[in-house]
Amino acid sequence: MTSPILRIENLSKKYGQREVLKGVSLEVEKGDLKILIGPSGAGKSTFLHCINFLVKPDEGHVWLDNEEIHPARKRELYAYRQKVGMIFQDFNLFDHLTAFENVRIGLVKVKGIGKDAAGARAAQELERVGLKEHMQKYPSQLSGGQKQRVSIARALAMDPEVMLLDEPTSALDPELIGEVHAVIRDLGKSGMTMIMATHQIGFASSLASEIIFMEDGRILEQGTPSKIFNDPDNSRTREFCSKITDLYGER
Amino acid sequence: METLLYMQTDVFPALLRGFGVSIRLIVPSALVGLAIGIIVGVLRVYGNSFVKIAADLYAGLFRGIPLVIQLFIWYFGLPYFKIFLSPFAASVLGFSLCSGAYHSEYVRGALLSIKRGQMLAAESLGFSKIGMIVSIILPQAVRRALPGAGNEIIYLIKYSSLAYMITCIELTGEGKILASNSFRFTEIFLTVGACYLLMTSVAAIILAKVENHLKIPGFEQQRT
Ligand SMILES: Nc1ncnc2c1ncn2[C@@H]1O[C@H](COP(=O)(O)OP(=O)(O)O)[C@@H](O)[C@H]1O
Ligand SMILES: [Mg+2]
Repeated sequence: MTSPILRIENLSKKYGQREVLKGVSLEVEKGDLKILIGPSGAGKSTFLHCINFLVKPDEGHVWLDNEEIHPARKRELYAYRQKVGMIFQDFNLFDHLTAFENVRIGLVKVKGIGKDAAGARAAQELERVGLKEHMQKYPSQLSGGQKQRVSIARALAMDPEVMLLDEPTSALDPELIGEVHAVIRDLGKSGMTMIMATHQIGFASSLASEIIFMEDGRILEQGTPSKIFNDPDNSRTREFCSKITDLYGER
Repeated sequence: METLLYMQTDVFPALLRGFGVSIRLIVPSALVGLAIGIIVGVLRVYGNSFVKIAADLYAGLFRGIPLVIQLFIWYFGLPYFKIFLSPFAASVLGFSLCSGAYHSEYVRGALLSIKRGQMLAAESLGFSKIGMIVSIILPQAVRRALPGAGNEIIYLIKYSSLAYMITCIELTGEGKILASNSFRFTEIFLTVGACYLLMTSVAAIILAKVENHLKIPGFEQQRT
């Protein structure tokens, strides 16, 4: 009997009067790649941010490896966040550090690993995302695709059990998307458990174990890529998928 | 000839002594002021609401009251509370607190300029709030605050001349005594002025070196 690595129950979030998340639940098995799709404003980012409590949900529970996370217990929260890597739409690299230092700093300052060992690990992660030659560059000297790969290396260095990716290629020029997708594809092959919001449904359908369609703070439908893209039950899903196929081209 | 002799035997030794006192006023005030400014600046941005109000109040008060009045309060006012400071100590206290208030303004601005996304990224890696401030935010804020803080240090060098108002006889004070004895205002105050120019120039060079040392691609900014 397998139990989910990550279990999310009934996450809700209000901004003022506006309910942005209306009780979202999800179970993620080890090695799953769940793809979140849905119109802008659906609550995808808020959902991902609530999973590791970068946004404090008003209600709901999260379990990792069957242990419930209590975000009010700071130590527990910091330990949990190390196990949940997060990739942001606009990279969020630390501007004052080189690519190498960006990857190393979490190992040194959060995990307390010595600088040499941490440096070796950082170099290894950067090599894995194909940036060995650019290790000493600062964020301002890197292209968008390179920045996003650094941010993936930075997250991977922490040895996460789960990765959350919030539209990792939305801020990239089209010709740079491929290099980031390649890295994510490799991650998936290596068995990483991921939840990713994206509009790139061609990429999504080739990799996803499940597609989750969100709208207006709710999950409206979830299922295999072929089910969601070819034969969805919900008319809203169908509408959205045909629109997004027009926008983002070939599947 | 007579002037030269007077300058040599009376003016230079006195001004040299005053110069020494000025340096001893400026260096600790600059360092303590900077430390206060960093701490208060951080509190003004990241403190809880009570701390924030207190820190804002401090900055507002010490930037809003003329420095001479602050010095008078420390030197002439504190004795009412049975606290007696030497002119030197009162001056350093006054300069540090005033300078700290200005520095806190630059630090605050620099902290606010750092993009929220980097903080989210740090938190997502498991940084504590303090760890994030120390490792991610301050190193960037220091670079952004440096031009303003540098200017503040140069102002400090100049307003250190106010110490003579509470009988701490530094460079300006020595000059004033000499001038009122000899009535050679022009020579003496030209010399005093040159001494301040020397100090501010050296400070500017050091600051430029520090800025250069801390330079990082993407952080270039022009000195204001
Ligand atoms: N910090 C915030 N304050 C107020 N409203 C917010 C905030 N963040 C997001 N929202 C609102 O929540 C809704 C969902 O946003 P988001 O989760 O970013 O959607 P998505 O990622 O699917 O585009 C949007 O209407 C957005 O305006
Ligand atoms: Mg979003």
